[in-house]
Amino acid sequence: MGAVMGTFSSLQTKQRRPSKDKIEDELEMTMVCHRPEGLEQLEAQTNFTKRELQVLYRGFKNECPSGVVNEETFKQIYAQFFPHGDASMYAHYLFHAFDTTQTGSVKFEDFVTALSILLRGTVHEKLRWTFNLYDINKDGYINKEEMMDIVKAIYDMMGKYTYPVLREDTPRQHVDVFFQKMDKNKDGIVTLDEFLESCQEDDNIMRSLQLFQNVM
Amino acid sequence: MAAGVAAWLPFARAAAIGWMPVANCPMPLAPADKNKRQDELIVLNVSGRRFQTWRTTLERYPDTLLGSTEKEFFFNEDTKEYFFDRDPEVFRCVLNFYRTGKLHYPRYECISAYDDELAFYGILPEIIGDCCYEEYKDRKRENAERLMDDNDSENNQESMPSLSFRQTMWRAFENPHTSTLALVFYYVTGFFIAVSVITNVVETVPCGTVPGSKELPCGERYSVAFFCLDTACVMIFTVEYLLRLFAAPSRYRFIRSVMSIIDVVAIMPYYIGLVMTNNEDVSGAFVTLRVFRVFRIFKFSRHSQGLRILGYTLKSCASELGFLLFSLTMAIIIFATVMFYAEKGSSASKFTSIPASFWYTIVTMTTLGYGDMVPKTIAGKIFGSICSLSGVLVIALPVPVIVSNFSRIYHQNQRADKRRAQKKARLARIRVAKTGSSNAYLHSKRNGLLNEALELMGTPEEEHMGKTTSLIESQHHHLLHCLEKTTNHEFIDEQMFEQNCMESSMQNYPSTRSPSLSSHPGLTTTCCSRRSKKTTHLPNSNLPATRLRSMQELSTIHIQGSEQPSLTTSRSSLNLKADDGLRPNCKTSQITTAIISIPTPPALTPEGESRPPPASPGPNTNIPSIASNVVKVSAL
Repeated sequence: MGAVMGTFSSLQTKQRRPSKDKIEDELEMTMVCHRPEGLEQLEAQTNFTKRELQVLYRGFKNECPSGVVNEETFKQIYAQFFPHGDASMYAHYLFHAFDTTQTGSVKFEDFVTALSILLRGTVHEKLRWTFNLYDINKDGYINKEEMMDIVKAIYDMMGKYTYPVLREDTPRQHVDVFFQKMDKNKDGIVTLDEFLESCQEDDNIMRSLQLFQNVM
Repeated sequence: MAAGVAAWLPFARAAAIGWMPVANCPMPLAPADKNKRQDELIVLNVSGRRFQTWRTTLERYPDTLLGSTEKEFFFNEDTKEYFFDRDPEVFRCVLNFYRTGKLHYPRYECISAYDDELAFYGILPEIIGDCCYEEYKDRKRENAERLMDDNDSENNQESMPSLSFRQTMWRAFENPHTSTLALVFYYVTGFFIAVSVITNVVETVPCGTVPGSKELPCGERYSVAFFCLDTACVMIFTVEYLLRLFAAPSRYRFIRSVMSIIDVVAIMPYYIGLVMTNNEDVSGAFVTLRVFRVFRIFKFSRHSQGLRILGYTLKSCASELGFLLFSLTMAIIIFATVMFYAEKGSSASKFTSIPASFWYTIVTMTTLGYGDMVPKTIAGKIFGSICSLSGVLVIALPVPVIVSNFSRIYHQNQRADKRRAQKKARLARIRVAKTGSSNAYLHSKRNGLLNEALELMGTPEEEHMGKTTSLIESQHHHLLHCLEKTTNHEFIDEQMFEQNCMESSMQNYPSTRSPSLSSHPGLTTTCCSRRSKKTTHLPNSNLPATRLRSMQELSTIHIQGSEQPSLTTSRSSLNLKADDGLRPNCKTSQITTAIISIPTPPALTPEGESRPPPASPGPNTNIPSIASNVVKVSAL
């Protein structure tokens, strides 16, 4: 009779064991916590005032208590602003533009450095950052495929319900127009100098770069 | 838009710089931050307890009391704080909602007090987070049921005239307390069930001797009397069964139910007995049938709630009971075998075979110990004592398991059903919230564009138009507007998209003069996946003039310096003007506001001509001349 009871109890313990491993895994994940450098240091490195850094950090810490943003969270946050379409690809490229050290996570310093360029930087810096965004494989040149990916990602954010109806070749046409404008020597790739030169010639682009000056 | 990420809006707007070199058109202007205050601390005094938070935290949810200007009504000038004469405990949860974006429900709080507080602060209870939602809904349901029970007991006296005769009868059968007739019927049937059971019992009691023969049971002595009683009972039961069958809302389901099967089994033996004659061969079977008469006692379960619960318990614990039986059987077989072989040696032993030892094992394990079979050998006695000790364990151990299993299974079933019901509601809520945010943009686009145009032209009526949206909302909409400009496409909602699809595919049939909607059944499925070289035609060009008059007053304010063409729109005139639009489509000299209108099918056009309009270079061809009559998408 005891043998019967013995087998019964051993069945129970076998079920409990996997859950213990899961708890240890969870503990590991939550231990990763990052604290940014001091406020004075960040103020010196970026173009923000102390107050602005405080506001930025409060928002950052609220959403990411562990102090770092990973790509998933980044995509989720960005998707909240574009409920119509799919913002995940553009968020993916953005994430890699923010993550300068390619570690897979964005710390507050990286975040604030990039924002400082985008909001308070010179035109030259902004254009350079944008070039870096478009250059997906970071080889110093933008070719048509990279531009296609970026433009397609932007169009994905629009979603399905647009007027007029999005067609298959709309991104391609857009990229062709872009290359016509940017590629000065018509060699099929855009270098940083070509990019800077073409953008500075275009009034629209210059004006729109100043658009978000007062965002903070 | 989830307000928790409102803090990331500057980041999203900054990231929009990545679109700028790709865009071909100039971007719209950013909304100005009119009151550029530094973020300040607000003091909220709730019945004496002071809470402090940032102003921007509260402004995350502008449609609640604390997030809107409604809180100014509670501002105390002397102490420079907002005073609320409400419960500070619940306010803690409310303030945490602003801080974290999740609303929690404290278990110690009364449900109606909590609901009152939420209603005061303008927060919908639907926003309660997943962690506390189940608890909240359970408490709310209990409360509602309690209120309903109170109401029911009040309303029971009233009559419901709308029920048919059949329905009243069914109701009378199911709830005997509804009317006195039902109550009488209930007690009469109960009485007859009791009479029937008692006669079955008394039938077998020996009744004293008739002189000249041996002792007889009462049933045979007063057989006529008992037969009459039996007949009366069976007649009552039959009538009752037939009445229930008539009144049942679903006769098939009633026949299949347990209670009706018990009824049938209770009265069948009598009729079978009537039919069969006193044939000696079948009298044995007949006696067996009479045993079934005892099932009449189960009819009491209609009268007793407890019996019904017990029945349900046993049914739901069937697997545990099965396990108990199985383990008992194993133990019995083991011990019976052991006892048999132990006692085999002793003479005159009662343990003649293993099945004979089963009886001993059962009696010992259940600690009955009749003593009709006892082991005589020493080995037999040893094993006998082990048997009785383990018997206690075997019986005592699974019973709490069964009890706890029953309670667990019962609650689990209830929770699974609840969760399934809640899941649908939750998904619907999430969908509504998602479409809500996108609809908010579309809606404010129509109002917002009017605002922008008015501001640029400096008319004084800017304050009247549209609702005031919060700064965060306007910045978010500006961001979406920039995206539209970058891609040269507009956001529209689903219905308009379908209509545009139908429109454009219908216009692609140039030969027919008046295509009717019915002749193109498979329209919507094919049009949007079409990769035709033809560009999408402007469906709005076919609006007859009559539809537009209602929108005239809005559109006439905004047009500056554009010609006023004739009211009749025709395709031919559109063709002429379309050539103008072949210029680069980003002229900033004219600001044409627009409202997306519902395109009418081409069958209603006054114009019979149907020349296909020429291809337009992009969707934003600026056709200012028709702007006063045709409503179309803006082309800034």
